[in-house]
Amino acid sequence: MTTKSKKVDWILFVVLLILAALFIFPILLVLMNSFKSQLFMFGAGFKFFKLPNAESFVGWDNYISGAKKIGIFKAAGYSAWITVASVLVIVICTAMTGWYITRVKNKFTSFLYYFFVFNMVVPFQMVMFTMSKLANQLKLDNAFGIIIIYLGFGAGLSVFMYCGFVKAIPYEIEEAAMIDGCSPFGIFFRVVVPMLKPTMITVAILNAMWVWNDYLLPSLVIGTKFKTIPIAIQYLKGGYGYIAWGDMMAMLLVALVPIIVFYLSCQKYIIKGVAAGAVKG
Amino acid sequence: MTNRRKKILYFIPFVLPTLIAFMIAFVIPFFQGIYLSFCKFTTVNDAKWVGLENYEKIFKTSDFTDALWFTTKFTVVSIITVNVFAFLLALALTRKVKGTNIFRTIFFMPNLIGGIVLGYIWQAILNSILNNWDLTLVGNADYGFWGLVIIMNWQMIGYMMIIYIAGIQNVPADVLEAAKIDGATPTQTLFRITIPLVMPSFTICLFLTLSNSFKMFDQNLALTDGKPGKETMMLAYNIHYTMYTRNFMEGVAQAKAVIFFIIVAVIGFAQLVLTRSKEVES
Repeated sequence: MTTKSKKVDWILFVVLLILAALFIFPILLVLMNSFKSQLFMFGAGFKFFKLPNAESFVGWDNYISGAKKIGIFKAAGYSAWITVASVLVIVICTAMTGWYITRVKNKFTSFLYYFFVFNMVVPFQMVMFTMSKLANQLKLDNAFGIIIIYLGFGAGLSVFMYCGFVKAIPYEIEEAAMIDGCSPFGIFFRVVVPMLKPTMITVAILNAMWVWNDYLLPSLVIGTKFKTIPIAIQYLKGGYGYIAWGDMMAMLLVALVPIIVFYLSCQKYIIKGVAAGAVKG
Repeated sequence: MTNRRKKILYFIPFVLPTLIAFMIAFVIPFFQGIYLSFCKFTTVNDAKWVGLENYEKIFKTSDFTDALWFTTKFTVVSIITVNVFAFLLALALTRKVKGTNIFRTIFFMPNLIGGIVLGYIWQAILNSILNNWDLTLVGNADYGFWGLVIIMNWQMIGYMMIIYIAGIQNVPADVLEAAKIDGATPTQTLFRITIPLVMPSFTICLFLTLSNSFKMFDQNLALTDGKPGKETMMLAYNIHYTMYTRNFMEGVAQAKAVIFFIIVAVIGFAQLVLTRSKEVES
């Protein structure tokens, strides 16, 4: 029995190893080809899978020309600013809202709660036209205004998650703080926030993944003036559908690096946060 | 917060900022969107009421129903493949094999990469393979279809795997031990105990893969751009294309969006109800 299950485990290990290689391989291919001339990628002979050699190696050429074409570093700056600012605003504002509408029970707050839940099942296409026009009219079509748009459209899921966790906190703790003369702000920031920390990390991670990778919303609201990374990548595709694949590979790698660094540096929180978010969503 | 005035006073800092943003980004555009689906318009201000004309126009040509059919096929195939692979991986990784954590990290990683970036990575890979037989990804709608399925799998398997792992680890050890003592085979244990007890995870995963596949846009845009013709155009992209690429079709696009919203909402709720009833209390 034990030798048999040991054997099964070994086979399993080898299968997993092969699968893991398959999962990483596409990223290695991008890295490899980002240093090759476009002429050595497509056509017969599986050229894409060959390492750069003396003939196909072009050094940093693809990076230089790609970066020049789409301003990838400026795009990375916009992406970073919009993601960090939106996530901070969402994490704080929706936590306050979630706490208030859970603790103050009346018809209006429970109506609000259901409206926030409703927001989660509405696909973006439903509001894309009207929302981008409204954002435009209200002069929110800039790198600051879009943060308000993200707060509004991301509110549903975040408020819903906070409400779930606030319900699980015993009210007696807050009551005790109130009797001791603590103001609602004091109760929220000194008593509730420390207990909500794990939820805040989950909300932050889910929203960061959404905002950083989002293409359609920023392309409709601020796309022509402020190109974020996904918009810049899409912009590499020329008007007639022509793609300079050398530049594309280099720019894809530039887009991948921050994600991989972020993931490897806090993967424990990310995996936990995503799992917790899914369970509540 | 006891008295009424205090409650109203604190409503302002606690709820109002979120509520205003929510109104701007969601509530107003949502109702305006429903209204505009009954109008002819090019901007929000020149809307003229036309009744159900937009909805009738949707079904005069077959592009929407084609996209609906393509999306449905894609969704069914994705749900099955993603969940089967993810569940098998989860079973493998809960057997305490060497390097479990590293495997988990690797399998989850593609989930963090955005749809546009994923789409172009796979466009390059799949084209470079197909080129060997003088083919391209946009030469045949089937290639695009399976390309999208591959992307979906690469992106979602790790995510679903994490949820299944959490579910499997929650199966109480004493129940498994009792089964072993009663002489249950591993297959019996899997089908009679583990799977019924991880039913809540199945609910979540089916729901997530369903809504993610059905609403897919970025990957579709980057991988095939709907080509050849509009044969690999999914619903979300069809709506976007009708709205922004074709002329004087804004009303029709908005009507399509309303139908899209109704389908997404109905499927979402139906599936939640359906799978929730199968859950077993341990």
